[in-house]
Amino acid sequence: MTESTSTAESEHIARAPTARELGADRAFKWATRICAALSGVLVALIVILIAKQAMPAILKYGPHFVVSKKWDAGKGQFGILPEIFGTLLSSAIGAGAAGVFGVATAVFLTEGFIPRWLEHALQSVITLLAAIPSVVYGLWGIFVVIPALRPPCNWLHGHFGWFPLFSTPLLSVGLLPASLVLMIMILPTVTAISRDAIAAVDPLLREAAFGMGATRWETILGVTLPASRRGIYGSLVLGLGRAMGETMALAMLVGSANVISPSLFSPADTLAALLANKFPEAASPLDLGALMYAALVLLALTLLVNVAGELVMRQRPRGGTPVSATGATK
Amino acid sequence: MTQPASNSVGAHAPAKLDLALLERSLRRPRTLFSFCSSVLCAVLALLAAVPLFSVLLMLIWRGAARLGPALFTQLPPAAGMPGGGIGNAIVGTVLVVAFGSALSIPLGLLVGIYLAEINPDGGLASVVRFCAKLLTGLPSILAGVFAYSTVVLLTGRFSPLAGGVALGILMLPIITLTTEEALRSVDSEMRDAAIGMGATQSEVVADILLPTALPGVLTGILLALARGAGETAPLLFTMTFSDYWLSRHVMEPTASLAVLIFNFSKSPFDNQKQFAWAASLVLVFIVLIFSVGGQILSRRAAKLSGAIHS
Repeated sequence: MTESTSTAESEHIARAPTARELGADRAFKWATRICAALSGVLVALIVILIAKQAMPAILKYGPHFVVSKKWDAGKGQFGILPEIFGTLLSSAIGAGAAGVFGVATAVFLTEGFIPRWLEHALQSVITLLAAIPSVVYGLWGIFVVIPALRPPCNWLHGHFGWFPLFSTPLLSVGLLPASLVLMIMILPTVTAISRDAIAAVDPLLREAAFGMGATRWETILGVTLPASRRGIYGSLVLGLGRAMGETMALAMLVGSANVISPSLFSPADTLAALLANKFPEAASPLDLGALMYAALVLLALTLLVNVAGELVMRQRPRGGTPVSATGATK
Repeated sequence: MTQPASNSVGAHAPAKLDLALLERSLRRPRTLFSFCSSVLCAVLALLAAVPLFSVLLMLIWRGAARLGPALFTQLPPAAGMPGGGIGNAIVGTVLVVAFGSALSIPLGLLVGIYLAEINPDGGLASVVRFCAKLLTGLPSILAGVFAYSTVVLLTGRFSPLAGGVALGILMLPIITLTTEEALRSVDSEMRDAAIGMGATQSEVVADILLPTALPGVLTGILLALARGAGETAPLLFTMTFSDYWLSRHVMEPTASLAVLIFNFSKSPFDNQKQFAWAASLVLVFIVLIFSVGGQILSRRAAKLSGAIHS
């Protein structure tokens, strides 16, 4: 108090902001607002620009592009039905397999099967799977997965060749190795999201099931998984979206063959792989337009699936809030 | 009282208690089912971990053969030629990731600050948040298509700048969302105290929130760097490839590790295949450093915020 002089006011730590600080504050807020708007506009810009580039091809080929099977740049014939088929089939197989492995892993990591530190270690290993670049998985697929798959697949083809799924031999690249590597690549996504969903299930539900004499797996299958199913569905849909857009591993493993075959071992093609393989050598504007059209279809498919995934995830899981303990009957 | 049968059983139960019934026996179908499911679950979970080790082992086994000073200082070998290195690809990768970071880090930080602090509940915020989530799911090749139809067509050439724009788009949502989350986890009492002392909101962000949330923010940046360094697809037709060192004139096709791996993986020559593996080893090493660093930081960030809250 005694030290209070004319300079004291500026020495106080707490004081009202000066006009300059208020101005800086306002400028900063506007900067963040503009950046936020920019990042929102970016998504629209991506859609619009790709659509604009695709316009010549859209006008020329129309909806026929999506159902036609031919891709012949020399004759100016373009169709992406095999690519759409390959994209959907490979990502469905990948997401299905990742669902089995991912949910099993998520259960294994949350339901107290192993000590905590082991749970953390396994979790880190699964997370690191996501860190390996796609192109390295492609390389690994060529030199490890395909040689490992070839004998059993060709045995299946030899003995059960009449079955449509095994109707061609696995020469080198093909749909099955590509789908398997896809599965590995989306496994971390599926595991992480379903793990969070399962961990978020109210422990009271689980304890109630145990209390009624359920075994561990009766509890998991009857209570825990149903209560966390929204998160699990969401993880699968987001994994599917990721799989549909996955490029490099597929470009290296799927075979870039413009065919529709029911066989798992046949080479196939996906939209993303088509872009990766054909874009660098696209010569004419029409070529480029057709590729942009394919890009637009891929964009529409992935946006659709991702929006669906976000919407599923947004809904609150049922059974999250238990009946209050005091209200228990009998 | 409507179930006299169960009542009578209940009354007689203590007398008939069979201790063998209480034992955990695999001969009972329910227990057996539970046991088998546990085994199956464990097998599936452990199988899920196999690919990582297989990839790492292959990288070390096939890639280490080429490790040496030449790997970092020489140019990639032409078809059928012996020797060589991947020096230009390493330089190219560093450069394009730097371009991507220069675009996405400032933008991502500012957007994250807007979402967490400036107007978290507004309409713009929810739109931006939704867009960021959609961008996370954007196929990387489409980021490349976008960069091609903007930068490459505008400048008329393939360049690290175009590659950087594509990578920036992929890195942006990661930085945005992790920054938002990190800022939100800061205790609101610190915020209130600073505002109560007359700090403006931007001063609170710059002097209180960002330093406190630094581990979380850095996690996002590291994860984004890991993602950017590993991406190949968008570089295929934005930056393409070059067999030579980057000249002083930066706007030209440039090599990158990722595209080198892709190109050489299809090569019939053993020497080039070996370089594909060696480049993979280097690339995975870089990516894992960022990624593991990010994980460690995020664990520390979680511990920090836990300590403050408790």
